Amino acid sequence: MSQEDKTTQQPAPQAKAPEKPSPAGKSAGLKGVLSAALIPTLSVFTALVIGAIIISASSPDVLAAWRNFFQDPLNALSVTWKLVHDAYLALFQGAFGNPSQIAAAFTQWRETGDTRPLLEAWRYFSESLVIATPYIFAGLAVALGFRGNMFNIGAEGQLFVGGLASAYVGYAIKGLPAYIHLPLALLAGILAGAIWGAIPGLLKARTGAHEVINTIMMNYISYRLTDYLLTGPMARPDKLPITPEIQPSAYLPSLFERPMRLHWGFFLALAMAAFLYWFLFKTTRGMEIRMVGLNPNAARTAGVRISFIMVLTMALSGGLAGLAGANQILGVDHRLARAFSSGYGFDSIALALLGKSHPVGVVLASLLFGFLRGGAARMQSVAGVPVEIIRIIQGMVIVFVAAPAIIRSLYRLKAVREEEAVLQRGWS
Amino acid sequence: MPPLLELRGITKRFPGVLANDHIDLTLNQGEILALLGENGAGKTTLMNILYGLYTPDEGDILINGEKVEIHSPDDAIELGIGMVHQHFMLIPVFTVTENVMLGVESTKGGIFLDRKAARERIVEISSQHSLQVDPDARVEDLPVGVQQRVEIIKVLYRQANILILDEPTAVLTPQEVVELIKVIRSLVAQGKSIIFISHKLNEVLELADRIMVLRDGRVAGATTPDQATEASLASMMVGREVILTVDKPPAQPGEVVLDVQNLKVLDDRKLVAVKDVSFQVRAGEVLGVAGVQGNGQTELVEALTGLRHVESGKVSILDRDLTNAMPRVILEAGTAHVPEDRQLDGLVLPFSIAENMVLNTYYQPPFAKGVRLQHELITSTAEQRVEQFDVRTPSIFIPASSLSGGNQQKVIVAREFSRPIKLLIASQPTRGLDVGSIEYIHNLIIQKRNEGCAALLVSPELDEIMTLSDRIAVMYSGKILAILPAEEATLEGLGLLMAGIQEGATQAAS
Repeated sequence: MSQEDKTTQQPAPQAKAPEKPSPAGKSAGLKGVLSAALIPTLSVFTALVIGAIIISASSPDVLAAWRNFFQDPLNALSVTWKLVHDAYLALFQGAFGNPSQIAAAFTQWRETGDTRPLLEAWRYFSESLVIATPYIFAGLAVALGFRGNMFNIGAEGQLFVGGLASAYVGYAIKGLPAYIHLPLALLAGILAGAIWGAIPGLLKARTGAHEVINTIMMNYISYRLTDYLLTGPMARPDKLPITPEIQPSAYLPSLFERPMRLHWGFFLALAMAAFLYWFLFKTTRGMEIRMVGLNPNAARTAGVRISFIMVLTMALSGGLAGLAGANQILGVDHRLARAFSSGYGFDSIALALLGKSHPVGVVLASLLFGFLRGGAARMQSVAGVPVEIIRIIQGMVIVFVAAPAIIRSLYRLKAVREEEAVLQRGWS
Repeated sequence: MPPLLELRGITKRFPGVLANDHIDLTLNQGEILALLGENGAGKTTLMNILYGLYTPDEGDILINGEKVEIHSPDDAIELGIGMVHQHFMLIPVFTVTENVMLGVESTKGGIFLDRKAARERIVEISSQHSLQVDPDARVEDLPVGVQQRVEIIKVLYRQANILILDEPTAVLTPQEVVELIKVIRSLVAQGKSIIFISHKLNEVLELADRIMVLRDGRVAGATTPDQATEASLASMMVGREVILTVDKPPAQPGEVVLDVQNLKVLDDRKLVAVKDVSFQVRAGEVLGVAGVQGNGQTELVEALTGLRHVESGKVSILDRDLTNAMPRVILEAGTAHVPEDRQLDGLVLPFSIAENMVLNTYYQPPFAKGVRLQHELITSTAEQRVEQFDVRTPSIFIPASSLSGGNQQKVIVAREFSRPIKLLIASQPTRGLDVGSIEYIHNLIIQKRNEGCAALLVSPELDEIMTLSDRIAVMYSGKILAILPAEEATLEGLGLLMAGIQEGATQAAS
């Protein structure tokens, strides 16, 4: 073999090979995507099946029918089927809308030009996307942390300070045009979250203090900080613990008229996912984060400043979480109240896990949670199934994804060790 | 009478690889069978099948002529098969007794550990097989050779008749190897049977009753020590003639590249690991640092590469003071670093081969434009280097973890040697590698030296040091006891210096 060693920094320019996957990308292409999606898909399916059992078992009517199973087995089955069918149909319609209503509204719009029925019919879908939006931001935040082997439990706190900062910029600054005011308010949210995230990062880099503990502590600080600000410096003039309404110039604009609340934040979230993908896999900094995340020793030996990367990872992660808060204030609530986050920051840990810490996976997982949450309300009002069932289904999805062995043995899937090792990182 | 153990037509496929292809193997009672082969030849896969870690796709395992199914290590232990892994499976903070009884705890009343009973059996086993070990010592306090004895006792405690030893001598000093060979002989004398995996041809020739060679997943041949020589075994392993010595023209030392003055470095426990060490390495020469592992070599290399703080003293490369410089600055000054532990420090195992090939150059042009990685160029460069450095892999996109040890090392060497380097710091560059890869890497090091690169080679393998070095420094207990020209060094003299005996050594050397 030739041991030609002159080749050093300047390898001969090669013919471009556009068909080649990137070194970072999944080499298996479509097959790889399918196999990566297999476990999550089966997890959702299994969780829905078990959810159906729980829905049935928690209904007195169904239980009564089953008590008379031997007299009337068909009745027991049909009562059960009806309940499950009604519940999941309501869940589906609550998440996506009612197809026949959408079709009817579409016809009406074609005939009369009246858009209101159309908006009404699409409302559910829009609402699910509105719920999914903060999930995407916060899920990306945690996923980025996982990639750099930083377990950011503090997304909730970063989301709070992000919301606070953008709310303040939103109401305190007046008279700016929207094209300055809105970016400024968003930036304030990002910055506040980034600082909040960077502190535990810095503590880890300097002293080795574990980020899990410190992000949890930062969460508590942010809650009390919110309480303090809402009862004093940032309270409304009437002293209610709510901030004043932000200026319309800082609104994330809605795409449609009310009752559709879908706003540009959703597309900003998708853009952030695309950006994060680019950043992680196509840039030098992204490579450094992944390197430090997978093997800090090798990263150090290769000359990466790992303490800098730790702080950077946490700051970026915090910035994304802060953006989730800003999105909620500027796009949905338009003012900040105490309980403005219904645990987005904590659910986002599950989302990052469900999405395998991959931006695309996080978006899909967030949409799933958005649809489940969106449909839950209708399921309760139409089929009388408590909203909490959805929480149980979400929980089971996460358990199945975190412990793929369950799903594999259930569906007799062969274990693919190598892929497993690659995909399951993030929790190491 | 049927053989104690028989494997028939064992076949194991992994995605894209036929790891074992219809392998037949027999082991008789009281026999030592040596299993030789390059990295990736399928030895470990075969032994993992025997130990129940993998299930074969085809083939049968027979013990005393009866077909058995082995689905887990528990099954293997049940059948009297025990394995001593290359990387010890011991818990450092536990005592010897606790480590041995772990998993097969004897108890009082089903709840309380019966350490006393376990301890008595350990003492019995260790006296029976001359495996001296203190059952109450904590494993972390024991030298590597003694830890290995604990592993062997563990296997015997589980009443194994067939012992699989996976490269048992790789981590031992020459003296410890002698001890181990005695132990193995005593085990066989008492009726145990042994499968011995090794890369070291001389040990195999000394110890084995029969030798079986694997290559590319198939049986390449079987022989006995009296019919084989090191050269014949090596060519059987590699499939071609192997030159066991490196062709080395006389050194032509040039300017001083690496200058180390009065270096003092602490280890992780804040104890002085490198004491007042001074030496120089010139362009076009190899300075070998010999010494038993753990005498400060690791800390020395870490200090030189910027990975460990220098307490006092000075490190300069090409007249530039780089004491306590950032690792990246040292790399950019023209240093190539082949780290001691390739999996821990040299590679990001889940990264693709292509990414690992640019692990310390990814940020520089032409691999990056601004912040953007140039994936096409990274890919084409990786293709080219895989070809040039003979890395055997089905694709450059698979993770480095799926390569064999030798090929992983070639990835590191390809990466480091493809940069414009003035200084090569190589720490145990051929640790655990097969003959073919060792030959290849040795030649590359000599080639770099001939091109005018200064090389610092740290290795506990005296053969390697003597083959490659132009001058030899011996490190003992953090100090450099002597620096000898290679032609004045003898194995005995170096051995004495490595044991810290200075007077005798100088006489033996002179």
